[in-house]
Amino acid sequence: MPDRLLGSTEAQIGASRPRARSRALLAGRGRYLDDINLPRQVHAAFLRSPVPAAVIDRLEVSAAARSPGVVAVLTWADLAPVCQAWRTLSAAFPGLAAPEQTPLANGRVTSVGEPIALVLAASRALAEDAVAAIELDWRERPAVGVATAALAADAPLVHPELGSNLAWRFAAETGDVAAAFASAATVVEERFVFSRHTGVTLEPRGILAAFEPSEGRLEVWASHQMPHQLQLHLGELLELAMSQVRVTASDVGGGFGVKMHVYPDEVAVCAAARLLGRPVKFVADRLESLMSDIHAREHVIEARLAVDAEGRLLAIDAKGVQGIGSHSVFPRSSTVETLMAMRTLGAPYGLAAARAQADVVFQNKAMTGQYRSVGHPIACAVTERLVDMAARARGEDPLAMRRRNYLEPGDGRCRTALGLEVFDLSHVACLDRLEALMGLPALRQSVAARRQAGEVLGLGFAAFVEMTATGSEVYGMAGVPVAAADTIQLAVEPDGSLKASASLSELGQGTDEGLVQVLADAVGVAPERIGLEMGRTASGPHGGGAWASRGAAIGGEAAWHAGRKLRGQILAAAAALLQTPAAALDLVAGCIVDAQRHERITLAALARTVHFAGHEFPQGTLPQLQVAHHYRREADIAIPTNGIQAALVQLCPETGLVRCLQHWVVHDCGRIINPLLAGEQVRGGVVQGIGAALFEHCRYDAQANFLDGSLADYLVPMAMEMPDIAVGHVETLYRGSTLGAKGAGEAGTCAASAAVLNAVNDALAAVGGGRLAEIPLTPPLVLAALNDRSNAG
Amino acid sequence: MSDLGLETTATLACTVNGEPVRAIVPVRQSLVDWLRHGLGLTGSHVGCEHGVCGACTILVDGRTVRGCLMLAMQVDGLAVETIEGATASGRVVALQAAFRERAALQCGFCTPGMVLTAAELLASEPRPSRARIREAISGNYCRCTGYQAIVDAVAAAGGND
Amino acid sequence: MKPAPFHYLAPATVEAAVALLAEHGDEAAVLAGGQSLMPMLALRLTAPAILVDINRIGALERQSIDAAGYSFGALVRHADAWAAVRADDPAHLLARALPHVAHQAIRHRGTICGSLALADPAAELPACAVCLDAEIELAGPAGRRRLTADAFFEGLYTTARRPDELVVGVHVPRLGPDTRFGFDEVARRHGDYAILGLAARALVVDGCIKDCRLVYFGAGARPVVATAAQAALKGAALDDGHAHGRAAAAVMGELAIDPDLRYGATYKRQLATALLKRIIGQWKAPQ
Ligand SMILES: Cc1cc2nc3c(=O)[nH]c(=O)nc-3n(C[C@H](O)[C@H](O)[C@H](O)COP(=O)(O)OP(=O)(O)OC[C@H]3O[C@@H](n4cnc5c(N)ncnc54)[C@H](O)[C@@H]3O)c2cc1C
Ligand code: FES
Ligand code: FES
Repeated sequence: MPDRLLGSTEAQIGASRPRARSRALLAGRGRYLDDINLPRQVHAAFLRSPVPAAVIDRLEVSAAARSPGVVAVLTWADLAPVCQAWRTLSAAFPGLAAPEQTPLANGRVTSVGEPIALVLAASRALAEDAVAAIELDWRERPAVGVATAALAADAPLVHPELGSNLAWRFAAETGDVAAAFASAATVVEERFVFSRHTGVTLEPRGILAAFEPSEGRLEVWASHQMPHQLQLHLGELLELAMSQVRVTASDVGGGFGVKMHVYPDEVAVCAAARLLGRPVKFVADRLESLMSDIHAREHVIEARLAVDAEGRLLAIDAKGVQGIGSHSVFPRSSTVETLMAMRTLGAPYGLAAARAQADVVFQNKAMTGQYRSVGHPIACAVTERLVDMAARARGEDPLAMRRRNYLEPGDGRCRTALGLEVFDLSHVACLDRLEALMGLPALRQSVAARRQAGEVLGLGFAAFVEMTATGSEVYGMAGVPVAAADTIQLAVEPDGSLKASASLSELGQGTDEGLVQVLADAVGVAPERIGLEMGRTASGPHGGGAWASRGAAIGGEAAWHAGRKLRGQILAAAAALLQTPAAALDLVAGCIVDAQRHERITLAALARTVHFAGHEFPQGTLPQLQVAHHYRREADIAIPTNGIQAALVQLCPETGLVRCLQHWVVHDCGRIINPLLAGEQVRGGVVQGIGAALFEHCRYDAQANFLDGSLADYLVPMAMEMPDIAVGHVETLYRGSTLGAKGAGEAGTCAASAAVLNAVNDALAAVGGGRLAEIPLTPPLVLAALNDRSNAG
Repeated sequence: MSDLGLETTATLACTVNGEPVRAIVPVRQSLVDWLRHGLGLTGSHVGCEHGVCGACTILVDGRTVRGCLMLAMQVDGLAVETIEGATASGRVVALQAAFRERAALQCGFCTPGMVLTAAELLASEPRPSRARIREAISGNYCRCTGYQAIVDAVAAAGGND
Repeated sequence: MKPAPFHYLAPATVEAAVALLAEHGDEAAVLAGGQSLMPMLALRLTAPAILVDINRIGALERQSIDAAGYSFGALVRHADAWAAVRADDPAHLLARALPHVAHQAIRHRGTICGSLALADPAAELPACAVCLDAEIELAGPAGRRRLTADAFFEGLYTTARRPDELVVGVHVPRLGPDTRFGFDEVARRHGDYAILGLAARALVVDGCIKDCRLVYFGAGARPVVATAAQAALKGAALDDGHAHGRAAAAVMGELAIDPDLRYGATYKRQLATALLKRIIGQWKAPQ
């Protein structure tokens, strides 16, 4: 225990506190991107490609430029003088094909929705009028839609200059896979189809950019998860020093990975602001966001699992194809998803051998990227489905199968078969906790009784390992400038309150509240006395922002150390003023006290003295009531978390509709800083996973035309169809840090679709139906499986 | 830069949150766009502009409507209430407190619409069942919370803990 | 996502509105509840030069419930019609169907007549209107006329309404006390347009179906009357399983279902028989 406060009743760490910011948001006083306006601002609208693949023969903007209210109509030719093109390069993915990408189309288009021209006008409506007046002639080229067809010899090429649609190929193998399968008593195999879906933040992407020519300064407000990263790339692309670029993210209406990339349209807006010298605002409308936000998780995977006669898992073997769309997203690359989908295969279990291969292919579709729980839900569904199939083949309880095969390194550490280093796990404890949370024996009895009565019910489980709080090795060794470290700046104001600034980002998860709680305990002040600012590159330190569930594990640690540093400074100053050894003093609830807990001086009085009456200090003491702490974990590429989920579903035998009746999650994310907010992270994540399992699908036809233009077509999960979600926690501290916190933000999404997939298959099996290995589980698919009697007997 | 000189406009007079307002608006402007950009009432949000997400929910003559599916011109002579007005009047204070306590919001983008929708339910059914609450908010999308906390908060505010 | 420019006119009388429609023809669009038209405008799927907003025509707000039945003026909102019908007869087809139409905030604006005028093939109300033998009242330059719902709906989003006519109301006759209603639909999410739905009624005397009406929506370009299935049920006892089977077979045979982009015809046919079964179940339950 690093400190007497941890776990005590005074402690803020571990307390359920609602977010302070929620008061303003509840009153409608949030400040989201579109709420911000600047004098002289103009509004952007894009002409976007209506076709998946074409060569542009003619792009005539003169009529559009004469349209009422239009200030400018820009094409790539206009932007090129002030803006670089880019390629997504990463040494982490040797051989990654990296076609050039431009903010506006450079002579051809490679997906529906790709921005071609940019209209700037007095209002968005007027800008849209002008977009309709742009004359565009194109020659349509054959397009690649279906990922599994992209590598066929006669497949059209998305980027002809590359000579192939192969973007990258993943392959890893450990142990003797062939021997394992040869010796297996049971082998199960399945072909999995995962359809594209997307993040659908309720607040769409948006950006407001202003350029001050006299200072060469670009000032940007963006609805973004990592303003610091955006600052860096805008500087690079527009050839400005980072000190000339300021990015602010105020309230952000959801991120989930959608808002962590450098999008062509957003770069175009910044370039246009620079060119015009007047502020430009762009807020994606829902059509634009559905077609141009990153999509994710389009995989087809053939996988098999070998099990010995005692029911021990021997080996997993998977071969997949992933469609990433027209480009690998900048700057992190879409292949991060491949990597995680392959590397986390089989992760909860001890396997002697494993093989994973994936072809990552370009298609004439929207780019894919890092959506919440990147890649993990794919691996989890494949693994957990195969484990269930093996248990069924052996005629045993799927939980007994899991219990027997869990990989638990205990106090040590080890590698999963596909190379993840794992430690501090608690699979068995989570499973025990889940059984208790569900009241499993009674629940099973009730399921059996209801089945007797004719209901088609299924209970499904999915164990998981989620890699969180990625360390600096991952992108650092890849040569990609992504901050995996975070910094907190902290200072005492003259009234004794604290001014804090963090390099992390707040999107609603509650990182802000968690950091304040940590700071409060670390320094010894009430949380209400801390003012924390995030999301501003102009005043905040450079750092990671919001990705890979890092708020508590990295941000929390930075806050702890910053707070302890400041506390040391405060006590040193007090010691000097009071002529007492610092070791005899303590800081509790904003008061400096002695060993008997008698108040010696308040922090407010001390701060006032430091700021306004410094002469009272003894000669030669210059108290420093401000600190910064840059925290980078030195060990462990990522911190594994683990847990298990369960889903109870009901299938309608007449319609194939799947109803989620209840869902359970037990998660171990190490020390929980705020149980209230951590629980809600899990619930929100679960519903995204259920959405993927049952509803969400970015549909394209075989020619790569986009079919889900509106939110009436793209089905998001709504309140009426979602179940209540019981959440339990096991707290196995991460031993590599002071607080022991791990990531909590993505675990809900990680295993939810797998649990639902298993539950649906459990229900199907109970009535002798067919198997399903495709998400979303649409009603026609489910009904067909219900009526499929080929497995009955 | 004003777009008014470039648009077909008309004059409208109504009350917004109890205050009389007269304005010249482009006739094609939606009610929510006018409230947000014409009057600076940015508490009503825009998530889809085609009636599906409920982020733009406001009240017209005392009933919830989609702010994106009415023209500003259509409230001529009517009474509009937004989250700002409902907050100022104190009529949603119990719901707001319950949402906060239960962490029934994360990013907060859906929240004003959720609160106004829930308030309408509680006004007609003070102690709704959980299923009824889910049905009442079934037209309001929330990507962050997974809905359960919202259902809990509405139940708590309705005294149905 | 902003509408293309248009001129906005809000006449105060039916005559003035009709005159505007007569003057501008296809260039004009009627704005009622706007719950379908506003999205179409925003998406620029339609770009009328003139919008004729009928919301200022007080006369169209009239709603009456009496011995003859229900009459809803063109400005009667889904929510108000639902409340009125529920109070009169909670088992009525409209009382069962309206909660499936969108969500309350949309029902506060959307109108019964607007839904009929739009003639969305997946919408509940056109099928209900056909099932109930409702009459749609139109006002044009030459005066008023009434059409049966069956005659009104012609095809995909097309009706017998002439461009210079306004739907001014719909009249739903009161059916005899032996009438039983049935309504169900299959939708992915609550409030969504249905994949397939069925609006039905039966005249049940002494446990026997004297007559019935089965109208599917989401099955074709307009509400589809399952006449062969109706014939199979006519005269059968409510619990005559053989007759139900014959009706189901008839539905399978007679529904030439248009597959849409998402749901194939086979699937929809399966739903059609499942819905029929459920509806007969509803008829059996005391109403
Ligand atoms: C999210 C969402 C979900 C929905 N779900 C459903 C659903 O499940 N089922 C369903 O049925 N509907 C649904 N709707 C549509 C809703 O019911 C509409 O209210 C209805 O379809 C149209 O009625 P309206 O009064 O809003 O008409 P408007 O949108 O004003 O008009 C629709 C069309 O009819 C014409 N029109 C309207 N009134 C007249 C008239 N009196 N005379 C001549 N022409 C006229 C208009 O010119 C226009 O072409 C949904 C809408 C939304 C936004
Ligand atoms: S913005 Fe109005 S419903 Fe989505
Ligand atoms: S809190 Fe973010 S959408 Fe509801």
